[in-house]
Amino acid sequence: MSTSPPVWTSETASIAGAAVHVARAGDGDPLVVLHHDIGTPERLPFYDALARDFTVLVPSHPGYDKSERPAWLRNVRDLAVVHQWLLASHDVTRDPGRVTLVGLGFGGWIAAEMATMAPRAFRRLVLVGAMGIKPERGEIADQALVSYIDYVRRGFADQQAFDRIFGAEPPTAMLEQWDLNREMTFRIAWKPYMYNPSLPHLLGGVATPTLVVWGREDRIVPLECGERFAKALPQARLTVVDGAGHWVEMDKPDELARLVGGFACT
Amino acid sequence: MHLMYFTEQPMSAYDAQEGLKFGATALMFSNRHFDPVAGSRLYNEYLEHYRLAEAAGFDGIMLNEHHNAPFCMQAKCNIFASILAAMTKRVKIVLLGNPLPLADNPVRLAEELAMIDMISGGRLVSGFVRGGGQEQLAAGVNPAFNRERFEEAHELIVKAWTQTGPFRFEGTHYQHRVVNPWAVPLQKPHPRVWIPGVLSKETIVWAAQKGYPYIALSTEIEATKKIWELYDKVAADAGHAGGPEFRGYLQRCHVAETEEKALANARQFMWMQGEFTGLAHPVWSSPSGYFSPSYRAAFVEYAVGRRSNPRGAAFEDQLQNQQIVAGTPKTVIPKLRRLLEETRPSIMGFWASDGFVSNEDTRTCIRLLGEEVLPALREIGKELGLWSPFEANAPVSRAFPEPARPAGAR
Repeated sequence: MSTSPPVWTSETASIAGAAVHVARAGDGDPLVVLHHDIGTPERLPFYDALARDFTVLVPSHPGYDKSERPAWLRNVRDLAVVHQWLLASHDVTRDPGRVTLVGLGFGGWIAAEMATMAPRAFRRLVLVGAMGIKPERGEIADQALVSYIDYVRRGFADQQAFDRIFGAEPPTAMLEQWDLNREMTFRIAWKPYMYNPSLPHLLGGVATPTLVVWGREDRIVPLECGERFAKALPQARLTVVDGAGHWVEMDKPDELARLVGGFACT
Repeated sequence: MHLMYFTEQPMSAYDAQEGLKFGATALMFSNRHFDPVAGSRLYNEYLEHYRLAEAAGFDGIMLNEHHNAPFCMQAKCNIFASILAAMTKRVKIVLLGNPLPLADNPVRLAEELAMIDMISGGRLVSGFVRGGGQEQLAAGVNPAFNRERFEEAHELIVKAWTQTGPFRFEGTHYQHRVVNPWAVPLQKPHPRVWIPGVLSKETIVWAAQKGYPYIALSTEIEATKKIWELYDKVAADAGHAGGPEFRGYLQRCHVAETEEKALANARQFMWMQGEFTGLAHPVWSSPSGYFSPSYRAAFVEYAVGRRSNPRGAAFEDQLQNQQIVAGTPKTVIPKLRRLLEETRPSIMGFWASDGFVSNEDTRTCIRLLGEEVLPALREIGKELGLWSPFEANAPVSRAFPEPARPAGAR
């Protein structure tokens, strides 16, 4: 374990005809983080914390942030297949049995889809505030009805964390990127919004040990979805993080990194 | 010239304070404020206005539709078009238009339009629109595929009108095993298609490439000129000349017996405290993927309250730049002449009143337009050579280069 800050490098992989951007740092066992529907800042304390113990890959989903938008990609399972392809072709992740896959929110949905496609493939799966299952009582918050800033703020339990990461008044370039990411989300997850009705039926085949993490104050995906993931996945347990909203990795980076690290090393 | 009467069919019978309190008069402004008793009265008044407009000498009646908002009660323009098909005798029924992306079955639209065309004896002009941003949300239709759906639905409808069935259609958004509607338009090759718009360059380019007239919706004169510059350039590249028979304009124009009354009533064009689509909500009116990518920075800043509506302007400014014209017939004619001279449209829609303008004042306005303004404009149109697509026998489109005529009348 190193104490100096990790060095991040950028790579581009060509997957299904699209240039996919991958950020990489650290060494150790491979760990892949799949980001939210809002995209991700290039650097986060959470990523740095993971990079102290793992070789961390943070790919940008096709159509988000620095990755190219493939015009044909129109559903979340397509996106899951693209990521399977990426992992299969990357030196670090070629042996899926060593890979810990961490999905944040929307990325959690993609990770869950990937797990159903390859039920025995991954070493560990971590789903954090994952979308993908339709809540029975509440609703998944609809970003189409609120502004970019209001939606991102809604995902924080700690509004000062928003200010720290994005600035109290995020610049226009950030808004444009959120708009582009939102447009891509609409292209692939508009209807039904943010879930796949078949997913709950397919999770029962996933043999990968799974940690389901939820922010106690998640105002985007109701906690009941976490309970349902934990129930539907045969080898899963649910951990709830106090003082965290939907973006657990930005509200409580150290705590989430500890949870992920501890689980991945068991 | 082709001179049309238009009203947004405002649902003005609600408490304006409620809209202000809610902060928007669109999408989620609750329909508990919709009074069906007033709705019934207003629909029937609007029908009377259309009847009056035909009697007053208008060439066409322009209809449109919108959803989830009081600025326009008409939730389905084909319903009013059907009524007018039977109720009127002479006027063209000009739909501007059916919002194609909102349709899940464009063949159904093709059938409805064919029925309207046959019932009216071949008087249909079938415009198509993308629908407003909030309407994508109201209909649950993906705003990111708005333009794709527009173009594909258009292709399917024109095919259903012009190609003998049965045939199969396999598109990206629309797949139909058997297209074979037992209702085809009376007009051949097919009813005229006019494309209205206000802001998106993509729509102007598309209309010019297809050879469809474009109807500029209440844009200011300089912006309108830029539209025709772009239209004519693209038209020339596509191989046709553009010019007046491809140009339409919707003018907000209220006339009354006195200047004071006309001005007071014209203020009602701003009756919902904002742009003509009401008090817009910046996020709902511009969902991601819906607006033109070239305006992305402007729209994202608007969405978070850092910029005013790219589509809006104040009443006094709109009077000044003639987006709104108001007065007695005598004072509005020179203003309209200026518009015709500077922008040279052959199709003119008159959006005659709005909001809380009384039934009586609207009827007076229609009568005065018919008695004094329309005859004057026809003379100016002749003088300036502004021949409408009907007068010029202009082709329906680039793909169907002949004028539309009722079958059997050729």
